[in-house]
Amino acid sequence: MAAVGLLGPGTGTGSGASPVHRLAAHPKLVAVLAFALVVVATPVHAAWAPAAYAGYLLLVLTAAAVARVRPARLARGLLVELPFVAFALLLPFVSRGPRVEVLGLALSADGLAVGGGILAKATLSVLAATVLAATTEPRALLRGLERLRLPPLLVQILSFMIRYADVVAGELRRMRVARESRGFRGRHLGALRVLGPAVGALFVRSFERGERVHLAMLSRGYAGRLPGGSSEAVPARQWWTALALPLGAAAALLTGALLG
Amino acid sequence: MHVPDGFLDVPTSAATAALAAGTVAVALRQSRRELDDLTAPLAGLTACFVFAVQMMNFPVAAGTSGHLMGGALTAALVGPWTAVLCMTVVLLVQAVFFADGGLVALGTNVVLVGLVTVLVGWGLLRATTAVWSRSRTAVLAGAGLGAFLSVPAAALVFTALFAAGGVADVPVGTVAAFMTGVHGLIGLGEAAITVAVLGAVVAVRPDLVRGARHLARTGLAPRTDTGRTDTVRTDTVRTDTGRLDPTGSAR
Repeated sequence: MAAVGLLGPGTGTGSGASPVHRLAAHPKLVAVLAFALVVVATPVHAAWAPAAYAGYLLLVLTAAAVARVRPARLARGLLVELPFVAFALLLPFVSRGPRVEVLGLALSADGLAVGGGILAKATLSVLAATVLAATTEPRALLRGLERLRLPPLLVQILSFMIRYADVVAGELRRMRVARESRGFRGRHLGALRVLGPAVGALFVRSFERGERVHLAMLSRGYAGRLPGGSSEAVPARQWWTALALPLGAAAALLTGALLG
Repeated sequence: MHVPDGFLDVPTSAATAALAAGTVAVALRQSRRELDDLTAPLAGLTACFVFAVQMMNFPVAAGTSGHLMGGALTAALVGPWTAVLCMTVVLLVQAVFFADGGLVALGTNVVLVGLVTVLVGWGLLRATTAVWSRSRTAVLAGAGLGAFLSVPAAALVFTALFAAGGVADVPVGTVAAFMTGVHGLIGLGEAAITVAVLGAVVAVRPDLVRGARHLARTGLAPRTDTGRTDTVRTDTVRTDTGRLDPTGSAR
């Protein structure tokens, strides 16, 4: 019932492959969140903002290089922001303010700066999060979230989701194979007559699996909490290594704010 | 619809994060009351279901395909509080484990996808069954209406957040009209998929559909009589308070 196939982005690279892999999960989580906060806090209208973005990019790419995350993995991570690129591209057209001519189009100067800033920020944040996801195993991330005081019940729900995501996705895959081996091709709205019941069956199976899991837990003495892992303190040096990324970014932000 | 980092400034992101944290805290308590210690496995498995369905592409119209956001469907299936938890967990996994949706924007995403869609979906489902009838048709129509409106509602809330804490000086009316239009179309797909899936579950296991549990009382009487003790047992736990009726329809 291991869920390493679907939710194991870190396992493909081999754990312990780099200093970043060896860091505990919760300093890494804090570091990536703090880095994203610094990136988001950068004022888009400042003249020095592009220089700050370049500095952040250098930092996060250095982190990716140290972590030996392959460029293809980083590029794949960036695919998730595609729908919002459209929104960012719209901004120069709809924003108010003085217009500038670009390739014969009258675009809002403000909208261009903001659209570009949003794209840069989203990209930087996704890159940092991709390094985290690629270098940390799901189980370690879960422990990290627990160490960061996420409510225990939420951690339990998360752990069940991670444990069974592969099982449920596997059921969906087998149903798709069964459909397609019988000649099904979902091309038009009428396919919902087949896909609706398939997804409905998936829900019933998932729900009933949850009930069986619960009964199995009760029979093994479950009384509301799961046995926790070890919670030994993380050495200060690990924290400093992980926090080098956001501290570097904060230094870049401060430099820009003071000099710009 | 996952808002990445950078669209909203830090104060707005912090405000939505606080709202999201508060909602999740209440949902944890309420869901625990609804489900007792079944919460963890059931919400976890339902989150798996939502996660899997979000990866599935449905044909919508004219060669396009879309996937489900799932807030309204999940609310109809497991009730609003558990649905908030499921959607939150799915978003958390996508943000932390897949770098999909920003970490700073996680609170915003929980508010939009986890709270607004669930509220609109469940609210309209309950309103429809209260005003019209409690029949299967009314349940499906209410769920479809809720699913349809939940998508543009989330888009409108996003536009409002963008106007309040966004970084661009955009004419709010134009953006709102654009977002509502586009997401209205997406909502049609969401409604079609929601009704198809919900109809299928109501047909086989109405007792599992929180928004249609009352349909199980007459419809599935023979099933409870055949001694499916596991179903009976969980029914006792999940039935609304004040309507505790372990055998469903003890005749």
